[in-house]
Amino acid sequence: MQISMTVNGTDVTSEIEPRVLLVHYIREVLGLTGTHWGCDTSNCGTCVVLMDGQPVKSCTVLAAMAAGHDIRTVEGLATGGTLDPVQQGFMEEHGLQCGFCTPGMMLTARALLDKNPHPDDAEIRRAISGQICRCTGYATIVRSVQWAAAHPAGTGVEDAAAADEVLDGTDTAVPDVAAETANTATEVKA
Amino acid sequence: MTVIHDRPSNPAAGDEDRPIGYGRIQRKEDPRFVRGKGHYLDDIVLPGMLHGAILRAPVAHARLVSIDTTNALAHPKVVAVITGKDLLGLNLAWAPTLSADVQAVLVTDKVRFQGQEVAFVVAEDRYAARDALELIDVEYDVLPPLVDARKALDPDAPVIRDEIEGRTDNRIFDWEMGDKAETDAVFASADVVVSQEVVYPRVHPAPMETCGAVADFDAVNGKLTLYETTQAPHAHRTLFAIVAGIPEHKIRIVSPDIGGGFGNKVGIYPGYILAVVGSIVSGRPVKWVEDRSENLMSTSFARDYIMQGEIAATKDGKILALRTHVLADHGAFNATAQPTKNPAGFFSIFTGSYDLMAAHCSVTGVYTNKAPGGVAYACSFRVTEAVYLVERMVDILARKLNMDPAELRLKNFIKPEQFPYANKTGWVYDSGNYEAAMRLSMQLAGYEDLRREQAEKRERGELMGIGVSFFTEVVGAGPRKHFDIVGLGMADGAELRVHPTGKAVVRISVQSQGQGHETTFAQIVAEELGIPPEDIEVVHGDTDQTPFGLGTYGSRSTPVSGGAVALVARKVREKAKLIAGAMLETRPEDLEWEKGRWFVKGDPSVGKTIAEIAMGAHGTVALPEGVDGNLDAEVTYDPPNLTFPFGAYICVVDIDPGTGQVKVRRFIAVDDCGTRINPMIIEGQVHGGLTDGVGMALMEIIEFDEAGNCLAGSFMDYLIPTAMEVPDWETGFTVTPSPHHPIGAKGIGESATVGSPPAIVNAVVDALAPFGVTHVDMPCTPARVWAAMQGRARPPI
Repeated sequence: MQISMTVNGTDVTSEIEPRVLLVHYIREVLGLTGTHWGCDTSNCGTCVVLMDGQPVKSCTVLAAMAAGHDIRTVEGLATGGTLDPVQQGFMEEHGLQCGFCTPGMMLTARALLDKNPHPDDAEIRRAISGQICRCTGYATIVRSVQWAAAHPAGTGVEDAAAADEVLDGTDTAVPDVAAETANTATEVKA
Repeated sequence: MTVIHDRPSNPAAGDEDRPIGYGRIQRKEDPRFVRGKGHYLDDIVLPGMLHGAILRAPVAHARLVSIDTTNALAHPKVVAVITGKDLLGLNLAWAPTLSADVQAVLVTDKVRFQGQEVAFVVAEDRYAARDALELIDVEYDVLPPLVDARKALDPDAPVIRDEIEGRTDNRIFDWEMGDKAETDAVFASADVVVSQEVVYPRVHPAPMETCGAVADFDAVNGKLTLYETTQAPHAHRTLFAIVAGIPEHKIRIVSPDIGGGFGNKVGIYPGYILAVVGSIVSGRPVKWVEDRSENLMSTSFARDYIMQGEIAATKDGKILALRTHVLADHGAFNATAQPTKNPAGFFSIFTGSYDLMAAHCSVTGVYTNKAPGGVAYACSFRVTEAVYLVERMVDILARKLNMDPAELRLKNFIKPEQFPYANKTGWVYDSGNYEAAMRLSMQLAGYEDLRREQAEKRERGELMGIGVSFFTEVVGAGPRKHFDIVGLGMADGAELRVHPTGKAVVRISVQSQGQGHETTFAQIVAEELGIPPEDIEVVHGDTDQTPFGLGTYGSRSTPVSGGAVALVARKVREKAKLIAGAMLETRPEDLEWEKGRWFVKGDPSVGKTIAEIAMGAHGTVALPEGVDGNLDAEVTYDPPNLTFPFGAYICVVDIDPGTGQVKVRRFIAVDDCGTRINPMIIEGQVHGGLTDGVGMALMEIIEFDEAGNCLAGSFMDYLIPTAMEVPDWETGFTVTPSPHHPIGAKGIGESATVGSPPAIVNAVVDALAPFGVTHVDMPCTPARVWAAMQGRARPPI
């Protein structure tokens, strides 16, 4: 089936199987591998992306269900060439180690701060309670989000790797995942 | 690189908090990770790449009658289906383990644990490979399973490894350390002896990223490039050469960014070998990535020690001796990862932080119908079990003697002047000041106030517990004479090149999985050569690019590889001295070093910086005899001993008397890992380990039913702490350098995982004292705590 959605501000259109999970669509068709896959029971939250501004576990959303919606991934977290304060906060406060849970954690934090610019520690912990981190013990993640809350404009760290390097509106323009893309595209059986 | 503001949790920290190599600097790894630009295994896409999936056994013990792959092969997207029979033809059906046993790659004769690998499908995409698994028909003849290790040696127990000629039982090994007769004699004459069975249940490291591999066999050149989630790429290369018969110079192992390892990614799993076979068979790259259930059910578990502990003391609280027998459940294949001569790892460190007269331990390893493993999850080769045992026994003794558990420990510590201290089981502890760490921890906790608060709460019927643990770790394996992994001595190499413009590349043999090596190893070089850390690139994880070494586990990176890096930098510094002498037309012995520069003694204005010397070394300066130009060096570091970091932990819990639910309210952790390279990173390592401790003490367990079904095969049942279950950690530190380490640094990564479970369980038992509870086995779930409150405490297995 053909689906269209907006990913990090760019419209994309793809041919996919109806059963393709959003996490695999983002990673394998769009080549946005910052979104991770850590479990098979919807517990870990390493796959969290924003759908219309709300955190969703993209392993538990079909790509087809995301059609017509606005998706934001870690690659689209920086805006206007500067890092999101949340990204900077995670670096300032050592909110990451292996980095595997980080994209999902940061997107949840972004959604929280958009709704509640000055959360207390308990609110931050509750917001990320659907996500598991094995490295940090969470305290520095809480501090990272607090840093972002305290620096709503960040300090203007440049983002050399903007999302638009990957997406130009069609899935066929993804150079390093060409093979994957072709495979997925030919899976259409209906 | 910015120096971030200090956050010394230890009020007395001051300048000590930034001791070497620029101290608390931000990580070089972070910029790519926060942008989603890390490069993990499953991010790898190669032209023509296929996808593999493993069919796994639904039962724990069964004869394999037949496998029919016809329908799977007929699937339009399936390229190959590999079975055990195919592997027998390649002599790959069984692979050697790290414990001198063998492990089935694919089942040929019988299934020995639920989730075991039965067949491997290679298909055009991930979804199709999974579809095809359901098209394979397998017939099993189910056998009675053995799941209870306590019954493994019963005469009528099913023999799991009946394929081994002459084997008639499930005993893997018997091993002992210490002097049994001496220990028994001390016990016989002691005033007080207490004994307790202490179970450390089976848990799993469960890194957020599961295990996987991308195998790319180049048939033209005969070269295998294998991308793997491995903590030990060089050891894997050697093992693959041995297992697959590919010459070692034709194997390149690449370990990309790893989403956490925690000991899960040390060994070689069947999936890695199957990806290689799949690539050879199909002539295309093959990716295999397991899902969470596969990870939990089939990859390395941790712990599973049933320990019968005994402690002897005088009436006034002088601890005299410890003894224990351990029944170790190793699952169906002995794939435990530890040095060859240590079948129970470093369990013999179970004498802990105390000056004893005698100690003896014996360990019996047995096979059961479960997944293999044992050494994983930040255990430092069974030190988790050793520390848990001694710290529970000391607590039980304190209760028996009616002494405060902190006071009992203080009374029995090895004293600073006794180091290096030879314990009764053969370890020589390098350094320690235990009392200082214990006092600091008690001060940070407000120990006396906590005890007063507890007394008041008890009056009101509230359940508050205070748990103390004090541990001595043993990390940094180790001297080649004593320690090897399948014959490979546990030394580590380092290569350092300073480029003509003064920027440097250091190549190391260990492999970060989040511990920040790219940052901290640059800091070591920065300290030794005066080159800023941002000008130093740390290369790791590619066996074609890095020197041989044994990898990252057992908190060995700083002790061994960190030593290698300090020494290689010093070697470069000495070479730089000779070159500087030539450039300044002065004798090298007339030169003096200040960070980053050699200058003429007595005339500091005349000198050459490392960058100037580097340019000279690559230039046309006439060099002295024996100096061959360029500014580089390599070393292999064979450490003289391991390092023995230590820590004093205090945990405060509240238990809901109506439900038995335990809440960790406070946790105070004082660690001493000697010289601290980057206090920010150490703090993060400690936080992570403390969270492991909360998980193991309160939530995590892998159990099996009588049929051998794994009852914790997903995150629905295998519970890991979220931000809701852990407190805001309170950390402090003391600094007692390792005298034998080049920069005085000890390992730290596993300390908190080792030290925290006993503190938490001690706190739970302390809270339950009004109920007469003297021991609760982990995990202290509401159901288990509730049962203990009702006088029905029971072991978990």
